This record gives sequence, structure tokens and C-alpha cells, in this order.
Amino acid sequence: MTVTINVNGKAICGDIAPDLLLIDFLRDHGCLSVKRGCDTSNCGACTVHMDGKPVLSCGILAARADGHQITTLEGLQKEALEFGGFIADEGAEQCGYCSPGLIMECIAMVRECREKGIDNPSDEDIKAYLAGNLCRCSGYEGQMRGIHAFFEWRRSHRDASIL
Amino acid sequence: MFTARDYCRAGSMEEAWTLYQKKNNIVVGGMQWLKMSDASYGTLIDLSGLGLDRIEEDQYEFHIGAMTTLRQLETDAGFNAYTDGAARKALSGIVGVQFRNLATVGGSVAGRYGFSDVCTLLLCLNTYVHLFHAETSSEIPLAEFLAHPCSRDIVTGITVKKVKTKVFYESVRNTRTDFPILTCAASLRYNETPSKILLSIGARPQKAVLFAAPAEDAAKDPAAFAARVAEEIPTGSNVRGSAQYRSHLVQVLAERAARNLFQKD
Repeated sequence: MTVTINVNGKAICGDIAPDLLLIDFLRDHGCLSVKRGCDTSNCGACTVHMDGKPVLSCGILAARADGHQITTLEGLQKEALEFGGFIADEGAEQCGYCSPGLIMECIAMVRECREKGIDNPSDEDIKAYLAGNLCRCSGYEGQMRGIHAFFEWRRSHRDASIL
Repeated sequence: MFTARDYCRAGSMEEAWTLYQKKNNIVVGGMQWLKMSDASYGTLIDLSGLGLDRIEEDQYEFHIGAMTTLRQLETDAGFNAYTDGAARKALSGIVGVQFRNLATVGGSVAGRYGFSDVCTLLLCLNTYVHLFHAETSSEIPLAEFLAHPCSRDIVTGITVKKVKTKVFYESVRNTRTDFPILTCAASLRYNETPSKILLSIGARPQKAVLFAAPAEDAAKDPAAFAARVAEEIPTGSNVRGSAQYRSHLVQVLAERAARNLFQKD
């Protein structure tokens, strides 16, 4: 079957198998930031945005994404750079395998916080939003410090932040 | 992961239902549980183009389309206000936000899963399931739907009929996003005379079941009420907990539910 999926602002046509997962479609088209982790919808390493919402690309058919907008980390380079620096500063990326998924989920969280007018989310808010992202290196403390540091920076540099 | 020979984004319920009558075809909801199987299917029937992804509220009821995601339900202000925040509490423990943006209410209900937080919550509310059959549709109470074996009818949505109520939800998990060891939802029905407490226990680890009692009994002696619930609701064992442990949890959560519901606001 033929699908047209808008990936990072570019329409990609493809002839796909009916049971092809979105993660495989994206990786086949060069989006290698999308990682295959658990394959059981638990780890969040394959997180992408579909029409602006974070979803697991290992848990959705490429056929269902036909006609939708998909954004991967490759399409959010500036945002990822702005946010990812705070994670790196805390030494929280370690092996880095989970980082693309984590950053995609964090960007979604920051946008949702912005919509709700929250500029200082609590530890509990952050943990609840990121519960679907597993990291087996860091123990999450570094990520938590990095996220708080980002929000702190954003409060004092509101105009400079692109997120 | 399953395999499939064909995929169809249905253009109408009639088309979806006709395709679904073939045994080898399957309706795809959120697909999060389905993808764990290694079955071979004929056609994957996708309902995502039928506008079934909305929550509509009026003064009498909530209508929740089958393709509404768990995240939509979790964050719906109206539904959370009606359930005293129980919806958020019930759904926020299910894996992660990305997962809940895919998993659907219809998939959770149609699957009749024994571990379902969704079914446990909806069962203690006044919930009806909408089924599409040939060219007709019908509506049956959720308790009746859960008790029936799976059929080839398609779940198109649910209706939660509003009554004057107060709702409680709690689950026990080994870790935050794991399958629950036990789920417990309860509602106080003020609209009935005498008022009634409805307690729904799920992840027993079988399908959720209901326990109903006069509210007065639970209010007078929550501990005795909880002991009676634990005695009457059967539990089983699996890798997450023994039947004995689960029965103990039933008693703890039932008492907690009763105390919470009768607490003065």
C-alpha cells in the first residue's frame, strides 16, 4: 500500500507493508534518532511527535500515520540543542541511547507547560510526564537537575528561549 | 509483533463491521496490547477515520468515542470534575504519556482486560457500551458487556450517564507504571433511595467485578464492610501477587474507599 507521511515538514511517499511500524518507516527514511529500545511500548526511546503529541513510534502502524505530521529529533534541532545542553551539563546523557526519546518527551512537556502557564513544574509533575521514558545509566537525578535548570534559565530568558 | 496481509482505514461503520465478520480480520484500537501478539491477521480494520475520538458532555451524560485516547480522558476537565479526579488517578499510572496518547478507551473496554484500570473505573460509574451490529447499534451496561464473551460486534463508544455521585480510585502496583496488582474504584450513588455504594475491584487478576451495598452499611462500619467485600470477591494468583495477598488488598482498599467517600468535604 502507498502512504504519504509528512516527516519533519517534508512529505514522504512510500510503498509499505500493511503491518509496518512507524519506527521502521522513519528509520528507513533516515531518521536514525528514533531508537528501538524495548519493542513493548515501555521505554520511550522511540518517541516522536504525531500532530504535535508525543507517541511511541514502535506502537503505531505507519499506515495509520498516513496523512499525519510526524516530527522526530531531526526536525527539532534548534529546540533539542537548547534543551539538550542542560541535560549534558548535568552529565545525564551517559550512553545517550535514551536521549532522543527523552528530549522529544521533554519538548512536549515544555510546550504543554507553556500552554497551561506553568513555568516551574514540580518534581512530581516532571516525573509523571516522563514516567514513560526509561534510562538504565543515570538513575534520573541528572535529568531532573537538567530539566529544573532549563526551566530556571527559561524563566529568566523568556525572550531568548525558542521552546 | 503480529503480521497482517492488508490494512483498511474504514470509511463507515458498515464497512468496518462487514470486514470484521471475517474471522481472520481484526479491529485495531490503540494497538498497544495487540502488538504483543504474534498472530497472523488478514485485514487490520482501523476506525481512526470515523470521528470516534471525541468526548462530548451535556447535562445528562458523557459520550466517549471508542478511539478517544486514555490521555484525552485523563486530562478532560469535565470528566475529572465529575469523577472527583478519579479519572486522572486511574489513568496516569498506565505506562507513560506517549503510550496513553495511543491506547484507546474502546480498545480497553473491548479487550475486557483483567488488568484494566479503565474498566475498573468505568464499572463503578453508570457506564453503557455502544455496539455496532450490521446496520443497527445497541447500548448495554458495561457490567453486562464484561460478562459476555467476545462477539463480532464493534464497540463504537461508551456513555457515562450522570448521577449525583462521589468517586474514589486507588490501585496498588509494584512500580509506578507496571500492571496493577489490584485496582479499586468506588462510587456513592446519592440518586438512589437508600443511597448505595458501588465498589469495583479489578486486576484480581481477572476482569473487574462489582460489589453493591447500602451506603449506610459502609458508612456505619467501614471495616466490617471491607471484610465482607474481601470475603465475597474472588481473587487469584499470578507473578505479581498471590490470591491471599490480593484478598488482603481488597479489604484494605475497600475500607479506604468507604472512609474516603464518607469523609466530610
